Amino acid sequence: MIYDIALRIRHRYATPASLGRHLVRLMPTDRPGAQRVLNGQLDISPAPDERTERVDIFGNATTDFAYRGTLRAIALDLHVRVERLAPQAPRGASLSLCDMPQALAGIASLAPDAPVHFMAPSPFVPRDATMAAYARARVAPHMTARAAVLAVGGALHADMRYDPEATEVDTPASEAFAARHGVCQDFSHILIGCLRGIGIPAGYVSGFLRTNPPPGRPRLEGADAMHAWVRAWCGPEAGWMEFDPTNDVEAGEDHVTVARGRDYGDVSPVRGVMRGAGRQSSEHAVDVVPLGA
Amino acid sequence: MPASALPRPGGLVAGYCPVPGIPDEMLDAQGRLRPCWAPLIDHIEGLGPRGFPAAIARGEQYLREAGVFFRTFGTTPDTARDWPFSAVPIVLPQRDWAGIAAGLIERADLLEAVIADLYGPARLVSDGLLPAALVAENPEWLRPMVGVAPRGGHYLHFVAFEIGRGPDGRWWVLGDRTQSPSGAGFALENRVAATRVFAEIYGQANVRRLAGFFRAFRDALNGLQGEAAARSGARAGILSAGPMTDTYYEQAYIARYLGLPLLEGGDLSVEDGAVMIRTVSGPVPVEVLWRRMDAHWADPLELDEASRIGTPGLMSALRAGGVTLVNALGAGVVEAQAMLAFLPGIAQALNGRPLRLPNIATWWCGQTPERDHVRAHARSMSISPALSPRLPFETDDTGLAERLRGSDADLDAWIVQSGAALVGQEVVRLSTTPAWQDGMLAARPMSIRVFLARTPQGWQVMPGGFARIGRSADTTALSLRQGSAVADVWIVADRPVGDETMLPAAPVTRARAGTGELPSRAADNLFWLGRYVERTEGLLRLSRALNARIADGGDAALRAKLADLLVSFGAAPSEPLPQAIPAALQAGVGAASRIRDRFSVDGWTALTDLEKSVSRMAAKVTAGTDAALGAGILLRKVAGFSGLVQDNMYRATGWRFLVLGRALERAATMAALLARLTDPAAPTGALDAALEIGDSTMIHRQRFAVMASRESVVDLLAFDPDNPRAIRFQLDAMAAQVARLPQPHQAQAPFAEALAATSARLQAHSPASLDPVALRALRADVLGLSDLMSDAYLR
Repeated sequence: MIYDIALRIRHRYATPASLGRHLVRLMPTDRPGAQRVLNGQLDISPAPDERTERVDIFGNATTDFAYRGTLRAIALDLHVRVERLAPQAPRGASLSLCDMPQALAGIASLAPDAPVHFMAPSPFVPRDATMAAYARARVAPHMTARAAVLAVGGALHADMRYDPEATEVDTPASEAFAARHGVCQDFSHILIGCLRGIGIPAGYVSGFLRTNPPPGRPRLEGADAMHAWVRAWCGPEAGWMEFDPTNDVEAGEDHVTVARGRDYGDVSPVRGVMRGAGRQSSEHAVDVVPLGA
Repeated sequence: MPASALPRPGGLVAGYCPVPGIPDEMLDAQGRLRPCWAPLIDHIEGLGPRGFPAAIARGEQYLREAGVFFRTFGTTPDTARDWPFSAVPIVLPQRDWAGIAAGLIERADLLEAVIADLYGPARLVSDGLLPAALVAENPEWLRPMVGVAPRGGHYLHFVAFEIGRGPDGRWWVLGDRTQSPSGAGFALENRVAATRVFAEIYGQANVRRLAGFFRAFRDALNGLQGEAAARSGARAGILSAGPMTDTYYEQAYIARYLGLPLLEGGDLSVEDGAVMIRTVSGPVPVEVLWRRMDAHWADPLELDEASRIGTPGLMSALRAGGVTLVNALGAGVVEAQAMLAFLPGIAQALNGRPLRLPNIATWWCGQTPERDHVRAHARSMSISPALSPRLPFETDDTGLAERLRGSDADLDAWIVQSGAALVGQEVVRLSTTPAWQDGMLAARPMSIRVFLARTPQGWQVMPGGFARIGRSADTTALSLRQGSAVADVWIVADRPVGDETMLPAAPVTRARAGTGELPSRAADNLFWLGRYVERTEGLLRLSRALNARIADGGDAALRAKLADLLVSFGAAPSEPLPQAIPAALQAGVGAASRIRDRFSVDGWTALTDLEKSVSRMAAKVTAGTDAALGAGILLRKVAGFSGLVQDNMYRATGWRFLVLGRALERAATMAALLARLTDPAAPTGALDAALEIGDSTMIHRQRFAVMASRESVVDLLAFDPDNPRAIRFQLDAMAAQVARLPQPHQAQAPFAEALAATSARLQAHSPASLDPVALRALRADVLGLSDLMSDAYLR
């Protein structure tokens, strides 16, 4: 499936802000076996005084840009055409939960995809005994990691209410979990906390969802903005699987990946520091349309 | 007779009792005085139990006057603790020291290699020498730094090691300091204090001097700059986390000592991969920063987003190779306690031989056999968080003591459950050294922090260090946790050592870069210091006038008028000396404390003394004569500080901002005073009060020889260009400073123009036309200059 994706972000400052410096992760990259970027462009207005493109440690395309003078608004416009390949069956069998510790101890690698990055607590997903207990109650030691992800993810989807008004970007996952509500970011952080709590390395994926579902299928939650879901490591043979707890589905042809990391902090689409920026307003719109639709 | 066979002398040393089975620095295993201690101990013996305390008092007096302190975070936000100086230095012979130095240089090279590997190919992990999880879970392993090679190739430039001597007499490394080691400045201060205590013998004691080490380090820092910067005479800077850091005093001290600017994250900006200092003359590049800030705070854009003290874009400057950080961001990764479990094996693999100086035996509970070992010996070990960078005796005691009081089964379950988060370490027993206590020498455990600096000639080891001395005879390292004293360390050579100072040996060939550009933040703090001290003076003069009139039962209407005036300045006239007075001065001390590196010891002492006197006086005086006399005393102290500023401070740009602040505050205060007291409706005596508060009673008598009239008072206090109390005089003073300020900067024009316009508007008036309305407008104009000046120089 080939998509034309358009993302539009507008930031406005009530008072002129100076010395702005930003870091954005918006551009999807090639992910062998999953997606290919056919062409893409990120326009930034007004034109920044500095702009650098680079790739971060997790392989995400990162754009740094900065202004010297003052400005009142920033506009970001992304246009990208991506081919999303049909998901493939797992390469091999998932390990059972009780075999995970030994498999993890045997992996002597700090490569970007090595599971070791995704086991420890991370800034947005601190160690959380409540989440671990929630997950433990829904799995058994001989269950495969893959089955555990589906079981815990499904349980979360059933127990939690999707509510775009309930949380902010900096609401702690534990708070969203206690109230059993939130948006894709909360669902994902909570699932990551649950999975790490039962010994499954888990990370965060930011990306886009197809805006209008194929005929006869329900519309997915989170399609009107950037979306987030979870990847989990199921052993050296099965490798990584991706699961979308907000919609209780494995990530498939409707999901286009932008960035991967341990949690939101590693992939945050727009990070910025301005001096003297007072109140600001922002708007954010996404359109993901199959080619020829 | 061999030197080591000196008999054990009597007196003080006879009563000295080392701990059986524990080595002592002063006495050997047979209880004989070690030869290198003999001159020192002879001297103390000679002074006797009454003379030595007097000598110690000289050292303590120096530390008090220099204002040496640690900042501690207690219930009050900034508690400054007295410096716990232990006067008797630790004496080590040069030949022992050479072995220690060689071992520490080897270790510094090892840590450099480990850090370079962890931010590069990570072969230590793939070769199984270091568990991947230990690195990945370490919060000091900074992912944004992976693959970013430091400019010049080195991650480490200045490191410290905590060392101690174990029961077998060997030296051990207790911990590695690579993030931003503190203590070198404290070591210098301890040295100065020790030379005061032992003034009579220090010169002949063959004690190796410290200055050469610092000179080599400063030159190395400046040498890390690119060619162009070095040729232009630019300097390296010290990047501080600011005055709320526990070692800020030390940072300011060492900045002064090395002649390097003390910078905060907000002083810096990044442009096209270069780091710039925001100064009153515009952006000035800086290429080398001695980082005294933990890495997480350094760049809110790519590291901790919550940091308010960092510089956005610093990471991008590192990637562009525009700046060298000393040490590199992420160098703290090797400080974790658990690293001690693997460094011996890594050393064996990389160097092909064991470490010359071992580190304390450590077992990481993330591995099954090691965890089982810790479980089996849990009661006889020290258990700490695996990734904590603290030393064994500094470890945050998060519930550990409680675990140890609980049952064996609970403790065991906790170790199993916490696993990789814990390390077990052998309990270190430290050697003892003499400390002066209750008129005697007592044996106390000690450890030493030793500093190494990378120079073009290789690592240099400071010949000395920062010693910590336990409070009790308990020789387990844990006892240092209950607080310790600090002491100097003397490395004693067999032959006389040369005198060394920071002054260059050869004549200076390269042009000196003046006093350096003034960072905008420092200028801002100096400006406000000037304003606050002047505000203190203004309030004191007003309070004195009011209290004098309370004392003589003067006119109630005039008293009410003066009280109103106090209220208009935010002071409560019901208080004999309003709290607003100490508050203004405290704000001044606050501004000064952010620029400690720009203050001489005398200047700082005068200011803090003044602040203490004002607070004390304000708390105890009663209304009337008592308060009036008290205000008089305080005014003389204020004059003392102002005189110091006027007579002793170098006329650098910073001084001009201090003077600007003072002039602006004085002009605005006088306008407000005249607006109220020269009001035609003001009560009788108001004009005399204005002259008194404006310190112009005598000159008025000489100049006018008549009763004070509204016109004569306004003439003298608003228009007179020769009266330092007059508004005109202060506006002229501001103009004179502005003319000497750096010019090539963006938006100064509005400020200079507004200042000229304010002065012109005043001079267009006559004493008769400058009525209360005009005075109020003038005051608003003067205060408005403050914002314009900020726009021009301080943004």
